[in-house]
Amino acid sequence: MKTESLRDVYGKELVKLGSVDRNIVVLDADLSSSTKTGYFANAFPDRFFNMGISEQSMVTAAAGLALSGKKPFVSTFAIFLTRTYEQIRQSVCYNNAPVRFVVTHGGITVGEDGATHQIVEDVGIMAGLPNMNVIVPADSVETRSVIDYLAGVDKPHYVRLSREKFPVINDEDYEFRMGRSKTMRDGNDITIVADGVMVSKSLEAAEALKKQGIDARVINMSSIKPIDRDAIIKAARETGHIITAEEHSIYNGLGSRVAEVTSEYYPVPVRRIGMRDTFGKSGKAWELFSYFHMDVKDIINEAMTCLEEKNYENIP
Amino acid sequence: METYQVDLSEIALRIRREIVRMVYNAQSGHPGGSLSIADILTVLYFREMNIDPKNPQDPKRDRLILSKGHASPALYATLALRGFFPVSDLAGFRKIDSHLEGHVSREIPGVEVSTGSLGQGLGVGVGMALASKIDGLDYRVFVILGDGEMEEGNVWESLMAGYKYNLKNLVAILDRNGIQLDGYTRDIMPLHDIHAMVESFGWNVMEIDGHSFSEIENAIERSKRSDRPTFIIANTVKGKGVDFMENNPKYHGSPPESEDLYRRAMKQLGEEI
Repeated sequence: MKTESLRDVYGKELVKLGSVDRNIVVLDADLSSSTKTGYFANAFPDRFFNMGISEQSMVTAAAGLALSGKKPFVSTFAIFLTRTYEQIRQSVCYNNAPVRFVVTHGGITVGEDGATHQIVEDVGIMAGLPNMNVIVPADSVETRSVIDYLAGVDKPHYVRLSREKFPVINDEDYEFRMGRSKTMRDGNDITIVADGVMVSKSLEAAEALKKQGIDARVINMSSIKPIDRDAIIKAARETGHIITAEEHSIYNGLGSRVAEVTSEYYPVPVRRIGMRDTFGKSGKAWELFSYFHMDVKDIINEAMTCLEEKNYENIP
Repeated sequence: METYQVDLSEIALRIRREIVRMVYNAQSGHPGGSLSIADILTVLYFREMNIDPKNPQDPKRDRLILSKGHASPALYATLALRGFFPVSDLAGFRKIDSHLEGHVSREIPGVEVSTGSLGQGLGVGVGMALASKIDGLDYRVFVILGDGEMEEGNVWESLMAGYKYNLKNLVAILDRNGIQLDGYTRDIMPLHDIHAMVESFGWNVMEIDGHSFSEIENAIERSKRSDRPTFIIANTVKGKGVDFMENNPKYHGSPPESEDLYRRAMKQLGEEI
């Protein structure tokens, strides 16, 4: 399957946006060659601000720029942005300053750099903030569409990208819509709700399940907040058991949010695949999924267990 | 710019009275660090700043960020007296049916940025000054900081950024009253030589009496000719104007606790009885 870098697409799309919209400004904290905001820095040096390794300064300045009518995109590694949680809360979210945080190197796909750099808590941290919107794109095509969408927003947004290239699973004409999910594959036996790279892993799992006569629905829930409540309730009603899959802690991330919706509106068992209250570790990015029981085979196993339960429940 | 032929000392006294009245009514709030910046706000809002209460969103307006957002009574009183909202609103300070939040809130007319968690205002000011550069506008950005606030790392990060981008229209004013919540700043976390420290970050530093209108005005006028961002150390007295509050850490965050003390404070601030 074709793979493509999300951050590279981000960097290039920023340049495209910057050439038509002079209000777009970009801030980075000494990581522009990794986050790929360096492309923008080369194209528009007057609208690029390398704030040095000073994330608090970067975030507060971005708030000031946004409150003065600019459209700031702020990039660093996901882990380093969270040190400014309180600046994000007070100066950005409480002011409702439309700062666009687009962070790279989220999750365990950071790989060899290890636990210190593999943040698996960020989605929960950001989604808990009033006024904040949270998006975890599944591939490069979706990333491009999300970045285009960000140019026009009037609220703070957090977008989590990865270091690794992800399989391309969306058609070129796919358009991201805030608060809406995309059903990547229909099925009525079980539903897998995933975000980020776990969407492509879930599609692989669904393919394998199909060979055993099981029809799994796969939903790309890239819009974590606001979340697509209707799609979750529909899945609960039509397929019963739901599995969630995320490159993030099972606490406070996609799994938790899906469980919130089902427990309030249509309770069904929700099984969460993700990091289980643990730090990551060094290793090759794709090896780590197996190590932490978040790989394709783990999704398949979870699905089989769910279906056994469902069959058991159905015995009169 | 409108010019005000006004008696600054009368205005500053009125602001001080409103501060004491607000915290006494609310039985909460921060009088000490509000009274210490009353003269600075008076000069800024009634003499120096290019602002218009009838056009509060004018892109060319000067901006002020009260980074020490707990001094909200001082800013609210100033904005009300300057005509941004009715003075009668001040009675609602910190109450559930009022727009006057405990700490500075952007929902209030005339307020540029919500503040209250220390250390962030200078960074926001850096962003506003950067925006002015991009837009080719020459408005000025004032940031008022507390001296306890200088203990926050964010301030020093933003000082670096102000120097790097040579933000000549950025003016930080330090309310150097020497007291923070837990006691004297020299005991809690001494700022060895704040003048030299900030100067070594590349800023144009001045030191003034923060209760002298002419020194405040003069410093702001001089900052206009600076080729670097300006940092004005305003030596002030916490609780200025009320004898039992002056230099008393207790009144960092406590209102007058009895009606007698309240009357005494108001009398000292010139209220006719």
